[in-house]
Amino acid sequence: MRKIYNYILDEKNHHFIIPAISIILGFLVGSIIMIFSGLNPLDMFSSIIRGVLGINLSKIGTGKAIFNARYLGEYFVFAMPIILTGLSVAFAFRTGLFNIGAEGQMIVGSFASVAVAILVPLPTVLLLPLVILAGALAGAIWGFVPGILKAKYNVHEVVVTIMMNYIALFMTNYYLKKLPGSTNSKTVAIVKGATLKSDFLSDITNHSRLNWGFILVIIAVFSFWYIIEKTTFGYELKAVGYNPDAAKYAGIKVNSRAALSMVIAGAYAGLGGTVLAIGTFGYGRVLPHAEGYGFTGIAVALVGGNTALGSLLGGLLFGSLNAAQPIMQSSGIPKDIAVIISSMIILFIAMQNGIKMLLKRLKGGK
Amino acid sequence: MKKFLVMLLVLSLVMTAFVGCAKKEEPAPVEEPAKTEEPAKTEEPAPAEPVVETPDFTVGLVTDVGGIDDKSFNQGTWEGIVKFAEEEGIETKYLQSASDADYIPNLSTFSDEELDIIIAPGFLFADAMFEVAGNFPEQKYLIIDMVVGDRANVANAVFAEHEGSFLTGVAAALKADEAGKDTVGFIGGMDFDLIQKFEAGFEAGVAAVNPDMTVLVEYAGSFSDTQIGQTLAAKMYDQGAYIIYHAAGGTGNGLIKEAKDRRTNGEDVWAIGVDKDQYADGIYDGDNSAVLTSMMKRVDVAAYDVASKTLAGEFPGGEVLVYSLANDGVGIPAENPNLSDEIVNTVNEYKEKVVSGEIEVPVLPNRLK
Repeated sequence: MRKIYNYILDEKNHHFIIPAISIILGFLVGSIIMIFSGLNPLDMFSSIIRGVLGINLSKIGTGKAIFNARYLGEYFVFAMPIILTGLSVAFAFRTGLFNIGAEGQMIVGSFASVAVAILVPLPTVLLLPLVILAGALAGAIWGFVPGILKAKYNVHEVVVTIMMNYIALFMTNYYLKKLPGSTNSKTVAIVKGATLKSDFLSDITNHSRLNWGFILVIIAVFSFWYIIEKTTFGYELKAVGYNPDAAKYAGIKVNSRAALSMVIAGAYAGLGGTVLAIGTFGYGRVLPHAEGYGFTGIAVALVGGNTALGSLLGGLLFGSLNAAQPIMQSSGIPKDIAVIISSMIILFIAMQNGIKMLLKRLKGGK
Repeated sequence: MKKFLVMLLVLSLVMTAFVGCAKKEEPAPVEEPAKTEEPAKTEEPAPAEPVVETPDFTVGLVTDVGGIDDKSFNQGTWEGIVKFAEEEGIETKYLQSASDADYIPNLSTFSDEELDIIIAPGFLFADAMFEVAGNFPEQKYLIIDMVVGDRANVANAVFAEHEGSFLTGVAAALKADEAGKDTVGFIGGMDFDLIQKFEAGFEAGVAAVNPDMTVLVEYAGSFSDTQIGQTLAAKMYDQGAYIIYHAAGGTGNGLIKEAKDRRTNGEDVWAIGVDKDQYADGIYDGDNSAVLTSMMKRVDVAAYDVASKTLAGEFPGGEVLVYSLANDGVGIPAENPNLSDEIVNTVNEYKEKVVSGEIEVPVLPNRLK
């Protein structure tokens, strides 16, 4: 016990401990709200276990199948896009840029993938890589615009990215409807070979929508880690993020680094759009409004401390809340509870200085 | 002191975790009667208290992104289910979808729970229903407002929307004539064949009464954007529309709000509701309503009908059931406080003509012919 206590108070571990505390507090507050609303928080936890692991605790002892792999598969389907938008926000943040535009970058990524898949007449073996590349590239271009505006004219990236979200949404909606065979709500289905869908993955997970997108996610997480931790370029980006003036003094081209950082961030989000469009759905969708993957990405990056591994874990966390929603509702828990919990987690992370101070005082008082 | 507080916190967390584990050994009270899952929504009638002799039958509803209280489609279906549940003392459940990525997981979750009939209202479910129904061939499904081909375990309920819209068009034209106005309007959710049927029927109804009347048409591009609905309504009222009919789900709530605001300020304009009787939504100033009448698409009749057939062991799997004026699957409400008896009588005369086949209502609006 004493050991754990010391571990928690050790400042070296704070980057890990503070998100953990925030998550626990978030669930605690959510549970308290549920108790006050006359609901049983345990139902929520068992829903999350069922939504994430596919293990239905209520069926233990009933002789029915306890484990259903479909939930596991769907869980990853929910987590994949937000891990990628999380990486996007985190990457930009490492260079001191706040990428609110992951949403828009994702939307154009998803559009570009769908458009290429439908319009380009290539054998599917060649088409699929092109489709994936198109998504990442479109996102990168969408990130480049705020990046270059920031670098050249010092236009604040928050303003630009927010506006670019709207442009992305309405422009892609317009062009999606123009694709051959599109109705007013979606495009034609993409040939299966040009999607990430997999009968094999679907079969082993009891007909879930699990797809090869997870390989892209793994590559993305790894590339993030590699760029940031192992390359000079990544070191420069971090230097710009810590202190642009010092970085400039050290001879780093701050402006071009900022622009490039947004480009890479955009590519991650664009890839998220690709995974959603050709992995989860297999067709392009006309969206009445933004779906919030980009905004969840901000939360994911915050919880993950803007690191590669952290974004992966953060995405898995928020994905779990999302995946558990149908089961929570079915057990009589309003889906809004999940929103409250994720908001509380973000709130506590935002208050991390307070938590740090508290931990420091505890240490000092010992 | 602080240290103590933190320890307490940690302790309580550990406790929660532990209690969680212990509790999991016994069957958790997950599948309780429907009573618990009814959030304290205002006007929805609560399902019946658990009756002693309950048939072991559960009806599940998966809503689209509009939500269970969209005052329209999802809510209408839910009311039909609740009515059936009250009469038969059976159980009900619903799942709300936050985005279209949720449709398949939600339908699958209910399928896993082996509910007796799973109902999904709205064309948005077409693909998801096709896929899930294929994965669970033993489950029974009802899709409302859409036909899912090639699935023997899905019942398809569709409506003769053009017929119902024809009646609202007649009512609108009569009312406008009465007030000496020459323009009415239509707001659609998204521009595709289903919603065009509403437009076509309304247009034909107006023309049947007064061929010279102008019908303004706008499409919102969304079924859930109240703001756009209100903006379009304001634009059309400013263009001189006296009555606006909407077929736009949640977007139409913006129209009704605009009509209410204008009537509160003394302007003489009306809105016509859709899918269910929206009279109550248009109430302002005590008990006046800005909703002239409504084109009721009796999703509740469809849900009720198919649920009761299923309970009786006559599930119409693979069939396409048409709910029209003839079987009261569409129509205007029984009570229309804003319409004079004269207008209601004329509307009913037109209804008879449609039912008897004397008038054939088109399904394509003029602009597309």
